Amino acid sequence: MKQTSETGGEASQDPSGSASPASGRVAAWKLLAAHPVTLFSIFVLTCIVVVALAAPWIAPYGVNQTDVSRALQPPSAAHWMGTDDLGRDVMSRIIAATGTSMQIAVASVVFAFMVGVPIGILAGYVGGLVDAVLMRVVDVMFAFPVLLLALAIVAILTPGQLTTMIAIGVVFTPIFARVARASTLSVRVEPFVQVSRTMGTPGWWILLRHILPNITGPIVVQTSLSLAFAILSEAALSFLGLGIQPPYPSWGGMLFDAQGFMSQAWWMSVFPGAAIFIAVLAFNLLGDGLRDVLDPKQRTLAELRRKR
Amino acid sequence: MRMSPRAVTRFLGMRLIHSAVVLFGVMVVTFALIQLVPGDPVRLALGTRYTQESYDALMAASGLDRPMGEQFFAYIGSAATGDLGVSFRSGQPVTVLLFERLPATLSLAGAGLLIGLLIAVPAGLWAALREGRLADGVVRITSQFGVSIPDFWMGMLLILVFSTGLGWLPSSGYIPISESPGGWLRQVTLPAITVGTVAGAILTRYVRAATLEVANMGYVRTAKSKGLAPSVVTLRHIARNALVPVLTVAGIQLATILSGVIVVEVVFAWPGLGRLVFDSVASRDYPMIQGAVLLIAVMFLLINFIVDVLYAVVDPRIRLA
Repeated sequence: MKQTSETGGEASQDPSGSASPASGRVAAWKLLAAHPVTLFSIFVLTCIVVVALAAPWIAPYGVNQTDVSRALQPPSAAHWMGTDDLGRDVMSRIIAATGTSMQIAVASVVFAFMVGVPIGILAGYVGGLVDAVLMRVVDVMFAFPVLLLALAIVAILTPGQLTTMIAIGVVFTPIFARVARASTLSVRVEPFVQVSRTMGTPGWWILLRHILPNITGPIVVQTSLSLAFAILSEAALSFLGLGIQPPYPSWGGMLFDAQGFMSQAWWMSVFPGAAIFIAVLAFNLLGDGLRDVLDPKQRTLAELRRKR
Repeated sequence: MRMSPRAVTRFLGMRLIHSAVVLFGVMVVTFALIQLVPGDPVRLALGTRYTQESYDALMAASGLDRPMGEQFFAYIGSAATGDLGVSFRSGQPVTVLLFERLPATLSLAGAGLLIGLLIAVPAGLWAALREGRLADGVVRITSQFGVSIPDFWMGMLLILVFSTGLGWLPSSGYIPISESPGGWLRQVTLPAITVGTVAGAILTRYVRAATLEVANMGYVRTAKSKGLAPSVVTLRHIARNALVPVLTVAGIQLATILSGVIVVEVVFAWPGLGRLVFDSVASRDYPMIQGAVLLIAVMFLLINFIVDVLYAVVDPRIRLA
């Protein structure tokens, strides 16, 4: 973790980003740039964000524009991804659902981050009883499978976009708490933190100035992976009819509708699922790429590979 | 390296206490579930079937009219004796309904885990032994695909190809193993492949990582420099040691599979716990949801406990920590 921050410092002192000969270290973005898979995932994610933002302008048809005379049409020039049982354009609905899916994923992960990271840092830094209590709470939450807990939360509240965000956010909170705690524990014993403490630096300053910057690597990686799982979880909830409610389009909801038309309209089940798959895969690959760059152990390997 | 029996007992004791604390927390959460429902859960569950008599009867049966503290102790007490209340929907004991569904879920989860391991162990070993080469890259990317694919979509694709397309396998239904092993196998194949692919993808990464760690150990280098055949080194020195940590992950995966089966069971109309939870959420059958959540969480704790113990038995270093 310490190495990451040192490199960060070097990169800012040396805007050209060239490796300093003494350490042989390279700027993080240079390593990322040398990683085609990661670059590609960034490109795909950019496209997804553009589609989400420009949805009203690029969708060829209205989201709920029904035309029963053109129901269950296979993919054609007029309807690239076919039409559903009500004659709605599948592609337009997939495009419109992109924004909703991203919003929910981002909002729930931000929630989990804002709650989980402070809890984890506190537990890791303070230790003792606070740590024991907080971590037992985290253990309890981990005893429930993710989707099951989300389902239970939706069962309590009424299904809808806000509930979906809360459910996924709550379920992901302990993951962030655990990652933040583990990193904090490893940084807390570093000499520079010990020295700072003996010098009488107040606790909050140590947390802000020394701990936080040094644990960002694992947390950034976790954020990217969590976004992937948040999209999956939202899709699963919507598929079960407990996430986004019709008539609002959602990838999972479209797949649920498609189930009744498996033998007549393969396009209804193939395309929405492909949208989920691509979005999830992109966040997962990005997370993996970031880990290669931000995790000191992986990073050394990546640098070695670069030199070869 | 053998540990004294006392250390083993101590370790088991600590693990037991930890599990008990977490179990208590789990029960607090499942108890809170029904308390947190805004409004009156019984009224909500009855919906359009509401009459004063049915309301009073259900209220009394569920004990929700009593003070919360009393309810909590009653809940803990009766749960300990296996009484999880009565289903709002059917009026039958929750425990009975849960155990009716359990075999279907366990047989699907077991078959899924088996497929997952059959994919993960060879793929992970193969990738790790060819680290940084093409095979490794292919396995890593493929496992990313497996992790990213929504399981319910995968199930639908399998149905599209093998049921509605080729007509080889049924798209839904369940036959208990006890009734007809062959029939069960036909029914379980598609859902188990669905569950196993995702589990296999995750496990592959752990097998690969564990193998890499072991392959760089001194004793492996020693074995190689002694001139042992590569196959002997791979099987006896690397695979055997690498698969120990995989045991833990496989245990955790079994729990993840239990969660994943909810959607897969819905896709394949598999009458297991997941399907039960789904139906119960739809009909606001809170005692049923409460019971199913508790049962799955307890199974998760139990699996983890067993895995921890096995792990400590297999690897003495764990007990020292």
